[in-house]
Amino acid sequence: MSDSKPAIQFLVHDAADTVGVATVDLETGQTAKGLYMDSQQALEIEVLEDIPLGHKIALKDHKVGDSVIKYEADIGKVVEDIAAAHHVHIHNLKTRRW
Amino acid sequence: MHDAKVLGYRRENGRVGVRNYVAIIPLDDLSNAACEAVANNIFGTIALPHAYGRLQFGEDLELFFRTMIGTGANPNVAAAVVIGIEPDWTNRIVEGIAATGKPVTGFAIERTGDIGTIAAASRQAKEYVHWASELRSEECSLSEIWVSTKCGESDTTSGLASNPTVGNTFEKLEEVGATISFGETSELTGAEDVCAERAATPEVGKQFLDTFNEYNDFINANKTDDLSGSQPTKGNIRGGLTTIEEKAFGNLQKIGKKCRYVGVLKPAEEPQGPGLWFMDTSSAAAEAVTLWGAAGFVVHLFPTGQGNIIGHPIVPVIKVSANPLTCETMSEHIDYDCSAILRGEMTLDESGDNLLEMIKRTANGRLTANEVLGHREFVLTKLYRSA
Repeated sequence: MSDSKPAIQFLVHDAADTVGVATVDLETGQTAKGLYMDSQQALEIEVLEDIPLGHKIALKDHKVGDSVIKYEADIGKVVEDIAAAHHVHIHNLKTRRW
Repeated sequence: MHDAKVLGYRRENGRVGVRNYVAIIPLDDLSNAACEAVANNIFGTIALPHAYGRLQFGEDLELFFRTMIGTGANPNVAAAVVIGIEPDWTNRIVEGIAATGKPVTGFAIERTGDIGTIAAASRQAKEYVHWASELRSEECSLSEIWVSTKCGESDTTSGLASNPTVGNTFEKLEEVGATISFGETSELTGAEDVCAERAATPEVGKQFLDTFNEYNDFINANKTDDLSGSQPTKGNIRGGLTTIEEKAFGNLQKIGKKCRYVGVLKPAEEPQGPGLWFMDTSSAAAEAVTLWGAAGFVVHLFPTGQGNIIGHPIVPVIKVSANPLTCETMSEHIDYDCSAILRGEMTLDESGDNLLEMIKRTANGRLTANEVLGHREFVLTKLYRSA
């Protein structure tokens, strides 16, 4: 592993996605640098909630009933409003299956 | 990409193995003790104890025999000794393995007892070890190495980097005409329609959906809750995966962006030609890898996020992880660390090449982490209760 701080702190799979994935632990208030994996285009977001490595950050506001999009696909329904730059996980996102 | 050269053991039926085991195979749970005693007596043998083989029937029994015969027939096995409580079913396994042309002998415990059986089986195993130890690996084509994949203890880093790394490697293996396979039927839930579209023909796609729906119906018929307590697993959730749909799309990254599967296999069924094959498997790691070993696959690629540590007795399992925390805290289990992708320091194409290189090194003799650590999980898939 490199000792220097990585150039990016989150990744987004596809342009259509509404969430990114933290590739380091993200802290409230930091400006995180991200990258779209499909286009290699850069983006930045001011983090509004601590988000652990591997967990998802909302790239836009989501309302109850909305779909969260990742891999350009519906990965579940929003069960509690999620504001942009906040943590998306089992407390606000549920499967549409089973 | 050109078809590279690797070292392999060419068996009597033409198939290529990357290991050279003398396997001591129990027919049933009762024969585990004798098999383990033989393996203790004779250096260079490996026992494959398991929990079943009695009073199974119907499709479950067929799967049992397919798994035991297939494991003995796997090209990573040079020769096999089979021990069972009685001779009839013991012989069924012996004859199945013998069809490949490799040396195999069966022993039955009834009317001899454990001690006499162990003595006779040990003498035979000793002869096989002398014989196998003089076999030499020879130059073979990479495309002759059958490679399977499943992921475990996945997290979002699996979907971002370790699974797409396998996908990239699979695209390169498919290009040279290798035989490769993926599965994990229930873990495609939410991505099943996308997976169906990746079939080589509409007929194969329909066959996949029929297989998927049958498994899904079985889960729905037996579930006591919404399954969100076990799928995704607690480890998945800790790693940031939230729903089965998210896990499924991450899972599907393992077949890359271009590969199309040419057929659908039953559990432990041997593919009948090159290309990518879907196998109907459970998503439990040891059960699934055991099924691929029984179908004749000789190397397994296992991407992990949170750190699944599974192995197999005769199939080297190459662990790939992109999670920096896992690669740091569980480094002894990881064969290939691709976390540089997450730092933006490596492309998927480079990572796929690196994993391909690890497959070649494994074939050429490098022992994998699971082999060195002694992880030899061998777990039979049971379709329903015994009679």
